[in-house]
Amino acid sequence: MKFLFDSDTWQEIYGSIRKNKTRTAITIIGVLWGIFLLVVLLGAARGIENNFNKIFGSFATNSVFVWTQSTDTPFKGFQKGRRFSLTLRDVEILKSEFSKEIRLLAPRNRTNNLIIKDFKSGNYQVSGDYPVLDKIQKKDLMYGRFLNDNDILSYAKVCVISEDMYKDLFDKGEEPIGQYLKINSINYKLIGVYKRSNGISFDGNAAYIPFTTFQKVYNRGDKIDWMMITANEGVDIEQMEADVLLTLKNLHKVHPDDKRAFGSVNLGVEIGKVTGFLTGMQFLTWFVGIATLIAGVFAIGNILLITVKERTKEIGIRRALGATPISIRRQIVLESVFLTTVAGMLGIVFGALVLFGIDSMVGSGDDAIMINPTVNIPIILIAFLTLTVLGSLIGLIPAYMATIVKPIEALREE
Amino acid sequence: MIEIKKLHKSYPIGKDSLHVLKGIDLHIKEGEFVSIMGSSGSGKSTLLNIVGLLDEHDEGEYYLNGKLIKNLNEKKAAILRNKFLGFVFQSFNLISYKTALENVALPLYYKGVPRKERLKIAMEYLDKVELKDWANHLPNELSGGQKQRVAIARALVTKPKVVLADEPTGALDSTTTDNVMDLLRDINDEGMTVFVITHEEEVAAQTKRIVRLKDGIIISDNLTSKSKAV
Repeated sequence: MKFLFDSDTWQEIYGSIRKNKTRTAITIIGVLWGIFLLVVLLGAARGIENNFNKIFGSFATNSVFVWTQSTDTPFKGFQKGRRFSLTLRDVEILKSEFSKEIRLLAPRNRTNNLIIKDFKSGNYQVSGDYPVLDKIQKKDLMYGRFLNDNDILSYAKVCVISEDMYKDLFDKGEEPIGQYLKINSINYKLIGVYKRSNGISFDGNAAYIPFTTFQKVYNRGDKIDWMMITANEGVDIEQMEADVLLTLKNLHKVHPDDKRAFGSVNLGVEIGKVTGFLTGMQFLTWFVGIATLIAGVFAIGNILLITVKERTKEIGIRRALGATPISIRRQIVLESVFLTTVAGMLGIVFGALVLFGIDSMVGSGDDAIMINPTVNIPIILIAFLTLTVLGSLIGLIPAYMATIVKPIEALREE
Repeated sequence: MIEIKKLHKSYPIGKDSLHVLKGIDLHIKEGEFVSIMGSSGSGKSTLLNIVGLLDEHDEGEYYLNGKLIKNLNEKKAAILRNKFLGFVFQSFNLISYKTALENVALPLYYKGVPRKERLKIAMEYLDKVELKDWANHLPNELSGGQKQRVAIARALVTKPKVVLADEPTGALDSTTTDNVMDLLRDINDEGMTVFVITHEEEVAAQTKRIVRLKDGIIISDNLTSKSKAV
């Protein structure tokens, strides 16, 4: 390996590259383009993935939402088309029966109401919730706090509103915490304002009040509109969804095959579709990138083969002067590796610059298309290593061709 | 220095083979200045290539510096060429993108001499062929005679045992031919064995021994007047 650190070796390579600048440049572009594509595509894929993650980010992604509709099959003496409600009893039963699977369960009620603040008012969704909601769907608070257990126990008349509602109902710069809002003729003390979520949201602009307060004020008894369930780590979310629905059907005397009685959305499955798409995109990226890289490396091999042919005579002269076949081959392989690695480095640098450009153009703000488009260093190292290995393998072909000719025949070449 | 016994060489041409050398016996002692004469096709170039280890012989024995040359692989041949032989070609065979100095230094590179020392030695040899001022010129900036002098410097730089010159004056006019032959004679006067191939009588006449080849056989082997002068 000593020859690698010998300035003469590099002098020789520099000499032969300098001899044909255009050829070298064009050769380099092939590999450069390959690794450039790989870096940019992987970075872009990562950026889009990050964006999806941001959209789903505020949600526990292994969540199922369940609500009731109307039955489509007559069962146990009930007509079809029957309407019914989920109850807090269901919640307790689910919690005890699925204690292993269910991590969090949030029963929820909602309605629409006029909300009045002094002389300003607006029609908004009002939602009765437990503090656990904050764990399923993270609330990013600008002011104050979210509901807590004490609010639930004390039937507190407190509310948490959205940033948009705050902008609608309050003067600019006005301190919201401790102010009173009138909802359905009852005054609620404002305890928190949450930021609008950039991701998906099932509530929109909702005012959150304690679940128990909602029960009393709107006279709901133990009926609930819908519930959000989050599964424990490692639980088969689709199986859990099916089991929960079957239990609920049993509790409400609904036919086990009834398709309409319960509505449900499985966020895990929905996200799975998107991540499946992302995985496909990444696979495509790798495929295109690596195929281009290989094409580039072949181009280098090809051009070196031509060079070797062009330089047959020179190689013959060198051999007459005492160059051993191995020193000739080493030289050509090293030239190949040198060209591929230089091209690779340039490709990575250009790719990184383009990613940097993408990031500064569309990478920030609420409507960002790609967030933090980056490529992992290990991936770059692997690509680079592959390139070097391919470069030296492909260099072996022209190197072999260079020494297969007898020196005397090489010298005769014109 | 060079001892050849019953040397045969043939080249395959399609199904047949062309018998080029048909039993050559030749003994060249150290310090001789020999020319091989012959018309084209006489086998003189083949003989030089075999002597120069650029080609292999089929039959017979070849001793270089007392060592039997047989079944050499390319690596061993390359090392022997580098150590014992210096080549001068008709078409100079300088490397076009290297300066005169770098061309002269090239055999030393393959010998493993460090760069600084290599360039110093190369410069001494360029000085010897009176081209010191042209050291940093590329071959295409030199005249034919200058190129051949660079090539001779390159052949000498490793201090070989034998200098093999294949039609060294073939591409030169008569004045430069004389210059180059003078140079070769000077080298020979310093004790170097010089082996020249030519088809020009005037060139051969300047050497000390003329071996004439015809159709692969030596037809005459005479000392010239030059040798008697020594």
